[in-house]
Amino acid sequence: MAETRFFTYASPPRFYALAGKLIPWFWTAAVLLAYAGLYIGFFKAPTDATQGDAYRIIFIHVPAAWMSMVLYLVMAFWAAIGWAFNARLASMVARALAPTGAMFTFVALWSGALWGKPTWGTWWVWDARLTSELILLFLYLGYMALVNAIDDTRRADQAGALLAVIGSVNVPIIYFSVKWWNTLHQGATISATAAPKMVATMLTAMLLMTLACWAYAFAVVFTRTRAIIAERERDAKWLNGGTA
Amino acid sequence: MSWGSASEFFAMGGYGLYVWGSFGVTAVCMAADALIAVKRHRAARAQTGENS
Amino acid sequence: MTAPVFSAVLGRDLRLAARRRVDALLPIAFFAVAVSLFPLGVGPEPNTLRQIAPGVLWVCALLAAMLSVTQLYAGDQADGSLEQMLLAGGSGTVAALPVAIAKAMSHWLLTGLPLVLVAPLFGVMFDLSGRSIAALCASLLLGTPILSLLGNLGAALTLGVRNGGVLLILLIVPLCIPALIFGSGAVSAVETGSSARGHFSLLGALFITTGLLAPIATAAALRIATE
Repeated sequence: MAETRFFTYASPPRFYALAGKLIPWFWTAAVLLAYAGLYIGFFKAPTDATQGDAYRIIFIHVPAAWMSMVLYLVMAFWAAIGWAFNARLASMVARALAPTGAMFTFVALWSGALWGKPTWGTWWVWDARLTSELILLFLYLGYMALVNAIDDTRRADQAGALLAVIGSVNVPIIYFSVKWWNTLHQGATISATAAPKMVATMLTAMLLMTLACWAYAFAVVFTRTRAIIAERERDAKWLNGGTA
Repeated sequence: MSWGSASEFFAMGGYGLYVWGSFGVTAVCMAADALIAVKRHRAARAQTGENS
Repeated sequence: MTAPVFSAVLGRDLRLAARRRVDALLPIAFFAVAVSLFPLGVGPEPNTLRQIAPGVLWVCALLAAMLSVTQLYAGDQADGSLEQMLLAGGSGTVAALPVAIAKAMSHWLLTGLPLVLVAPLFGVMFDLSGRSIAALCASLLLGTPILSLLGNLGAALTLGVRNGGVLLILLIVPLCIPALIFGSGAVSAVETGSSARGHFSLLGALFITTGLLAPIATAAALRIATE
């Protein structure tokens, strides 16, 4: 009995219906959280002593970076589940996660570069974080390219899962190796923490923005999953029967 | 945190280009990501039942 | 059951390469041409060349290895012999292991090892010291097997796919980056007079890890591609 309930939403039609109901709520949450986060970030958090107002980029940079890493691991997880249990929906969710994950990775890199220019004096530096984040972008793009290049859906899902899992093993290796290389060449290490007494408002704003990005990600990924379900189940009766 | 005026807010202490450049591009990216997903869904629904 | 499949696949690849010697030498020719572009593009100043040499040589070796890796399975898949090779060991991922290992080995013998042997010549072109050239060969000796193993994995993943060669490079190059960093880092370290022991240790560790993990992943990819 409990088993049926747990796996109920593993069926595409049921997930399609459930997601359809939840998406508006995710959007609402995203907008409210972003409003709160940005309000606190721009109107409550004070100017930083060393970085001035440039530090406010943190309110999008850090959430985006966190999302980029987490979404990759979630993507690899669902892709692996889809491969191991031949669960179609899991593979569809993995595919739906990739573009949003890549987008957040790009945003993290872009906002990081714009934060670096006024504070470090340079748009880019080959230190551990930046390089590993750039490689993460390549991993996302590689996954998307591979699943799109293979015409046979099942083979594409499986090959993509293998690639995603390999990539997730690689991420800590890359982070560690570049850190080591950087230590040898003594590059710059940047600390992203603000002055202690300011932590409360800045931290709150950052967490609110992170939650906003989470809600946004759910909304968009669920939308894309519904699109993929609709594409793959094009001729299915339940889709043609008028279920919204 | 109180900004003296709207222009001060947009200037961001001289870092306006960087701050708004970041948030602006982010907003565009997130909007694009969302819109493309919605378009994809609509296109998929429009094609359902074509082969039946 | 595994040894005969392994030696049969390896022997066949080597014999085929012996018959098509020109094809076998193309990666080395690419390496030579690509490496030669840098002094022409950057200018012949010896100090500059010496500084960029480790990176340039390593990157060109990486690209040369990746370019030749699509040929590993393409021909065999086209004429159906790949299916036969995979069937020979039985079904399942583990049974595909001998083929995966043999292919990686043949790629290294035909592309990696020649790169190691040819590298000193180009080290001289870039005015590297004798010790640096020795470090270069050592780093390539450890590194080219890693490239062959990862390239092999990429070829299996992209088997029969449109634009497989370019896609393969996009997928596998990020995975090769640690090897690149430590390989060229080792040569740079020796060139500037510091110790490369750390680089070599890590390169060795990468070699072992890749050697243990890549073949099984390649075998899985082969199964996925031919099911």
